[in-house]
Amino acid sequence: MSSAVMSPIGTLMSRLAIAASLGAVSQNAFAEYGLNMPQGVTELSKEVYDLHMLVFYVCCAIGVVVFGAMIYSVFAHRKSKGAKAANFHHSTAVEIVWTIIPFVILIALALPAAKTLVKMENTRGAEMSIKITGYQWKWQYEHVGEGVSYYSTLTQESNYARQTGADVDLTQVENYLLDVDNALVIPSDTKIRLLLTAADVIHAWWVPDFAVKKDAIPGYINETWVKVDKPGVYRGQCAELCGRDHGFMPIVVIVKTPEEYQQWLSEQKAQQASLSSATHVALAQ
Amino acid sequence: MSHAEAHDHHHGPEPGFMRWLKTTNHKDLGALYLMFALAMFIVGGLMSLVIRAELFQPGMQFVDPQFFNSMTTMHALFMIFGGVMPAFTGLSNYLIPIQLGAPDMALPRINNMGFWILPVAFTMLFSTLFMDGGAPAGGWTLYPPLSMQTGDAMPFLVFSIHLMGISSITGAINVVVTILNLRAPGMDLMKMPLFAWTWLITAFLLIAVMPVLAGAVTMLLTDKYFGTTFFAAAGGGDPVMFQHIFWFFGHPEVYIMILPAFGIVSQIIPTFARKTLFGYSSMVYATAAIAFLSFIVWAHHMFTVGMPVAAELFFMFATMLISVPTGVKVFNWVATMWRGSMTFETPMLFSIGFVILFTIGGFSGLMLAMTPVDFQYHDSYFVVAHFHYVLVPGAVFSLFAAVYYWLPKWTGTMYNETLGKWHFWLSTIFINVLFFPQHFLGLAGMPRRIPDYSLQFAEFNMMSSVGAFMFFICQFIFLYNLITTCRGKWEKASDQVWEGAKGVEWEMLPSPLPYHTFEQQPDLTDYKPHPTH
Repeated sequence: MSSAVMSPIGTLMSRLAIAASLGAVSQNAFAEYGLNMPQGVTELSKEVYDLHMLVFYVCCAIGVVVFGAMIYSVFAHRKSKGAKAANFHHSTAVEIVWTIIPFVILIALALPAAKTLVKMENTRGAEMSIKITGYQWKWQYEHVGEGVSYYSTLTQESNYARQTGADVDLTQVENYLLDVDNALVIPSDTKIRLLLTAADVIHAWWVPDFAVKKDAIPGYINETWVKVDKPGVYRGQCAELCGRDHGFMPIVVIVKTPEEYQQWLSEQKAQQASLSSATHVALAQ
Repeated sequence: MSHAEAHDHHHGPEPGFMRWLKTTNHKDLGALYLMFALAMFIVGGLMSLVIRAELFQPGMQFVDPQFFNSMTTMHALFMIFGGVMPAFTGLSNYLIPIQLGAPDMALPRINNMGFWILPVAFTMLFSTLFMDGGAPAGGWTLYPPLSMQTGDAMPFLVFSIHLMGISSITGAINVVVTILNLRAPGMDLMKMPLFAWTWLITAFLLIAVMPVLAGAVTMLLTDKYFGTTFFAAAGGGDPVMFQHIFWFFGHPEVYIMILPAFGIVSQIIPTFARKTLFGYSSMVYATAAIAFLSFIVWAHHMFTVGMPVAAELFFMFATMLISVPTGVKVFNWVATMWRGSMTFETPMLFSIGFVILFTIGGFSGLMLAMTPVDFQYHDSYFVVAHFHYVLVPGAVFSLFAAVYYWLPKWTGTMYNETLGKWHFWLSTIFINVLFFPQHFLGLAGMPRRIPDYSLQFAEFNMMSSVGAFMFFICQFIFLYNLITTCRGKWEKASDQVWEGAKGVEWEMLPSPLPYHTFEQQPDLTDYKPHPTH
């Protein structure tokens, strides 16, 4: 395709098509444009990514065959080229073949998907639990059994910048809409059970780098788990419409090494203990 | 021509507005449904422009987030219940009697009521924008407890949905009764045009699931106003039960919105390939298989809700299975084109565009069916891209194809082919600019139903918004072509209209169609649309 004869839109489309196919092959290219799902930082997120790429390639292959046949036909079997219409209008054999082949392809996709799904839903053997509660419009995290809990709300800076008509230079707001005051802190290399609920309406907790998304439903407790390989900071968002500020209740997870986590945890316990004893003293007086 | 006119002067329509209010004529009602749908597409389209204008750049420039949520909610309600469904119903009214040799639909007065309910229902729904608490803003899916936070709009929302449901149910009953009872002798079921078959099956889906939606929204109403706790855990209820009930309606609903499209395309492609539809019986059985399967896959809309893993596995397998009969249909359309003698007038362009772009939507659907990966796609822009591909270059393109195809038969005037081609190519380009980038947004982690987003999503959102405005503007080409054709500005159409068109309406009826057709029942015993085997 030569740009000289293509309209600007055509050029854009062909660039997108090239980008899409390249992005599929080399996930790191076009990282800025964010063309593909992240591989993530857990064993399961990589399995999910692989499944995604598998089904994507299968669809591409089928697309090439089917659309290829159509495009060929559109050029070769046109009346203006003198094509005469053939007479055939059925073939049981062909119909059977193109029913069975897709069915076999589906089985090839379904088996690895089922395996990964069963793993994802197996919360047994967790070493610790975090209870996550969704509110309109923030999250609350509780380290079960440790007496440590805190609310996690969109930062003041982002919240100010997102007001309608604020006209703030968003490139100056760090991690705009994806930053909170108190991030969830968890240890790496540890199987962590996540218990999800909500206080008002249905929310959903989603961190793409973990391939974890689960609804937080008021009056019910949902369960999932995560085991993060790599310490770092990971961001996500609420993924179930929950009212006016559904887009403004992000998730930030700071994954520390187990040693750093223990240290952080002791500090938190000390802080929350001193806070509650101060409250007791204040109330008593 | 004069023969028809001699009859017409006895039974001709009365002049003025009362004609339209009182008509029981299937052609009048077909036209009314189609014009109403067009108006609703414009209203729904304007709402989508509010959405895309706000999403054009990061930051909130124009609207309050609550109003943005109302726009996403109302956009969907207007498009689904005001646009797509009435448009297909309009086509069913116009075409089913003439395709089967029947003088009209079996239940003409209910047909009239079914139509006139709709302007009432949508006026009521639209008026909620001006009520205390604003229009509904919990998504067209109305999940509680969020939908309980709807203000004064709630009863009007529920009532308008009930009215739309009554319209759909009575319309569907009419289709079933007409097809099963009013076919002229010789028009056996397995000789019917595919459009009649797909509507017969769609009508059964409508009768089965619209009452379920009615039940679901009534439970929302009683939970809010009459102290029930169907969906409130504090009273022993379950918010997830709403989702099950809603999607038991909702999944067949999306097939309701696509099966008639399959029927349309199955008639247009053979015409312009000058070749009989490949595998007529498989097409019928595949449609029936899709309809059956559509009842057992609903929970794929709820994979993240916390279902037992056995249920997740079942719904994953059942959902993946739907791609088999759907694939059969796509292959059969390609096989119809193959070694045909094709010309590419506007209806054919839209039909080929449909096959390609709907299939792309089908691919993202297959990806969504894989439950562990769906955990990443669910409630992201990947889903938005999927359903817009199957609905816009899917259902809506088939509607354009149908209107271009049958308009000359209805009006006696050929539409302007050059304008038609411009409409097609510009729509195709801009619909892809609008929705293709949304796949990437979803994969990159952008949730849906948010009015603002972080900066890494900016480029594709801008592209998408440009596509939206350009796509909307291009529809005025269609509008102009439509109005001028109805006014007779272009060339007259022949009775046959299309060289390769086969079927009762093309081979036995003049263009334009007389106000009443087949007042004498035709004998179709020699009618052979395709060799039977």
